[in-house]
Amino acid sequence: MSDLSQATAEALRLVAGGDPKLLDIVLLSLRVSLTAVVFACAVGLPLGATVAVSRFPGRRTVVVVLNALMGLPPVVVGLAVYLLLSRAGPLGAMGLLFTPTAMVIAQAILITPIIAALSRQVVEDAWVEYREQLRSLGERRFGAVLTMLWDLRFSLVTIVLAGFGRAAAEVGAVMIVGGNIDGVTRVMTTAIALETSKGDLPLALGLGIVLLTIVLALNAAADIVKDTAQRRYG
Amino acid sequence: MTSAMRAPRSLLPLRLDDVVFAIGGRRVIDRVSLTLEAGRRTVIVGPNGAGKSVLLRLCHGLLQPTSGTIAWNALELPGEPRRQAMVFQRPVLLRRSALANIVYALAVARVPTEHREARAREALRKVGLDALAAHPARVLSGGEQQRVALARAWALNPEVLFLDEPTANLDPGATHEIERVIGAMHAAGTKIVMVTHNLGQARRLGDEILFLHQGRLLERASADRFFKRPASLEAAQFLEGELPW
Repeated sequence: MSDLSQATAEALRLVAGGDPKLLDIVLLSLRVSLTAVVFACAVGLPLGATVAVSRFPGRRTVVVVLNALMGLPPVVVGLAVYLLLSRAGPLGAMGLLFTPTAMVIAQAILITPIIAALSRQVVEDAWVEYREQLRSLGERRFGAVLTMLWDLRFSLVTIVLAGFGRAAAEVGAVMIVGGNIDGVTRVMTTAIALETSKGDLPLALGLGIVLLTIVLALNAAADIVKDTAQRRYG
Repeated sequence: MTSAMRAPRSLLPLRLDDVVFAIGGRRVIDRVSLTLEAGRRTVIVGPNGAGKSVLLRLCHGLLQPTSGTIAWNALELPGEPRRQAMVFQRPVLLRRSALANIVYALAVARVPTEHREARAREALRKVGLDALAAHPARVLSGGEQQRVALARAWALNPEVLFLDEPTANLDPGATHEIERVIGAMHAAGTKIVMVTHNLGQARRLGDEILFLHQGRLLERASADRFFKRPASLEAAQFLEGELPW
C-alpha cells in the first residue's frame, strides 16, 4: 500500500515537474499517434463514406471485412509490418525498421479500418435522408462523399478520436516495429511496459497518468465541440 | 450546328409511355402513359398508396421504371447540370447557413463562382428570407426550411419543378407562404408538377389535375372540371370522402 502511494506521489512529482525524460516520451507518443491518425483519416474517411453512398456487387462483403478488421490484433499488425520492413523484407531497403516512421505505419494500418468502418456506418445512416436530395441536385458520387463528410463533421470527430485513442493506447505493434529504443522509439505504452517490468513504478505510473489525461481531455474537448456545434447547426 | 448549341432544346414535353414500377411484384405504378407540357400547373392527387410520390420520383429520375419509357424532349446527360428540381415533403438542408445551402446547389450546377452568392441572395430575397441568410439552415423553423428549399430550387432556374407534398408538415401561415412562392415561380415560367393531399391546395394551385388510383392514372382534367364533375367513380368517391374536411 505504501509502495503504491509512494509511487503515485513520485509519479505526480515527475508529471508536475515536467521531467524531461517523461516529456520526450510523451511528445514522441503524440507525434507518432497523431501522424498515424492523419494518414488513417486521409484513407479511412473517404473510404468509409464511399462505401456508404455506393451500391456495387460484393458491397456486403466489403462491409463485413471492414468491420472485422476493426478487431485487428496489434501484435499481428506489428509482425506484418516488421516482416515488410525488416532487412530481408520487400521494403527492407528503406531502412525504416525501429524508427518512428515504422511505428506510424503500424498504427495507421491498425486504425484505418476502425475509422473507415465507423464512418461508413455514420455516413450510411445519414445517407438515407440525403440521398434523394443530393441526387436531385445532380451531385455525383465523389461530390456526395465530400458533402457527406463535411456535413457529418461533428459526428466524425468522435470516430477520429476513437482512432487516436486506439493508436495511442496500443503497445504490441509499436513494440515490435519500434523496438522501444530509449530516446528514439520509446513511447508511453512501451515505456510503461518496460518500467513496470523493471520495477520503476513512479515513471510507469506517471506515464499512465499522462496517457489517461490526454485521452480524457481530448474526448472532453470533442464532446464540447460536438455539443456546441450541434446546438448551433442542428 | 452552333445555333443549335446556343439555344438548348426545351426539356418539355415529358413523355411517359406505358410506365410500370414494381416492388416485389406489386405494381406501384401500373402502365401510366402521359405527356406533360410546359405551362400549366399540374397537380397530382389520389388516396394514400396511389403511387403519387413514386410517379414524381420516376419523372425526376430518382427511380427507374421497371418497364416502359420516360423521355424528356431534350436528353439529360449524367454529369450535366440539371434543368429540373424537386422539393421534398421534408426539406433536406445541409449543416451550413441558408445562403451556403443555395450556393452549394449552384456549385453542383456548375454556376461560375463569382455569380453564386448574388444568385443565392436573390433567391432568398424572393422567398422573403434575406434576413436569415447567415442563419444555420437546420435550426430554422419547418416553414422557413421549406422556403430555403424552394429558394434553392428557384436559384437553379429549373424548367420543371417537382413538389412532393411540400406543405404536408406546415401550419396554414407557412403553407400560404409556400403557395405564394410556388405561384411566383410558375409566373416566372417554371413548369410546376406537384403532389398534394390537400384538395383546397389542389384547387388553388392546379390548372390541371391528374388523379391516380392504385398506381393507375384514372383521370386527367382541368381543375375546374375535375372538382365539379369527376369522370371516374373512384375520383368521385375520393372527392366525397375528402371534401367534408
